[in-house]
Amino acid sequence: MTHDGIAPARSGSVLFIACGALAREILALIELNGWDHVDLVCLPAILHNTPDAIPDAVEAAVRKHSHAYDDIRVVYADCGTGGRLEDRCMELGVAMVPGPHCYSFFEGNAAFAAHEEMTAFYLTDFLARQFDAFVWEPLGLDRHPALRDTYFGHYETLIYLAQTDDPALDAKAQSCADRLGLAYERRYTGYGDLATELHSWA
Amino acid sequence: MSDDQDDLVLSELEDDDLVQQMHDDLYDGLKEEIEEAVNILLERGWEPYRILTEALVAGMTIVGKDFRDGILFVPEVLLAANAMKAGMAILKPLLAETGAPTVGRMVIGTVKGDIHDIGKNLVSMMMEGAGFEVIDIGINNPVESYLEALETEKPDILGMSALLTTTMPYMKTVIDTLVQKGIRDDYVVLVGGAPLNEEFGKAIGADAYCRDAAVAVETAKAMMARRHNRVAVG
Repeated sequence: MTHDGIAPARSGSVLFIACGALAREILALIELNGWDHVDLVCLPAILHNTPDAIPDAVEAAVRKHSHAYDDIRVVYADCGTGGRLEDRCMELGVAMVPGPHCYSFFEGNAAFAAHEEMTAFYLTDFLARQFDAFVWEPLGLDRHPALRDTYFGHYETLIYLAQTDDPALDAKAQSCADRLGLAYERRYTGYGDLATELHSWA
Repeated sequence: MSDDQDDLVLSELEDDDLVQQMHDDLYDGLKEEIEEAVNILLERGWEPYRILTEALVAGMTIVGKDFRDGILFVPEVLLAANAMKAGMAILKPLLAETGAPTVGRMVIGTVKGDIHDIGKNLVSMMMEGAGFEVIDIGINNPVESYLEALETEKPDILGMSALLTTTMPYMKTVIDTLVQKGIRDDYVVLVGGAPLNEEFGKAIGADAYCRDAAVAVETAKAMMARRHNRVAVG
């Protein structure tokens, strides 16, 4: 999922094109709600680290699958694209998830914005699981641990926004906070605005 | 870059070879070696400004190019920057004493709500290396902090940085305030940060968007030259 994404089952009439970091949650919502008419295609989650590449990757996926579905929805928020993904989705005529990023829509965009947690570093279930592949190694901390404070010197707390109640992930997130030298907080969010948005689409 | 580092005695190298070695050591982020080499060149009578430009800035320019070309990545650039910073720390007081040329003056800071400063710090360092006097006002700056720094420091250039989609619109708040106060045209305004682009820079009324530290330096130099020409003609 990190580098490859997943291909659609091609059985439904609606396609969700999503970030690979959301695959588990979206599949859970599809199953929970019995959305048999919905297919899911996921782009490589590692695009999270190179937001510049997201609009082109999403456009390519929309164009590739548009002939096979009645409706396509993009399960990305802005995700660091500085409004470029929203512009691209408007050009393509497809809807996307409102909000700045998944941390925000998992908690609920309004609640997230109200916190104004400038010095918080966030993990989701996915990022807690994939901490080394998405944070530690891309920042070179496996090779150059001395850089830790260059990256995280101004951060104070790691907040684990939990989509599920999983003690093992809680412990993993806590250890991530320890490795980054940050205080730790776990905040249960469930699927937040993601569930609301997908319900309105499905 | 080289596997023969252990056998290398920097003080035994000729000047040209030592400078070349410094480029390699900067590339590899070898802080202690850079400090040692800077001191060797000073002992050999090199002017601090010459060490800065020919050894450190030239070496860091190679790092910047390889970063842009996708050969080097952020961690390696940061290690190189730390090495350059260590070299500059030795040279800075000497540069002030020897009256090295100043190209211009810049106030730079990350906008309100944003604590990210890696890019800003790289820009500050490279601007200093290029002969600019840089006043870095740090992170999380409300418009009042920018105004105070502009009033106190009287720079030629204002630089603003943001990493977040949610904080980058604050740059417009700062520029709009400069316009309201009738002082916008007193400064060259440069903006940068990962989610920005040229279109955004234009839309908020900045003079230029700079995609990396090297572009920031080139843009600042070009803007200063244009300013001087304008003053000379006017």
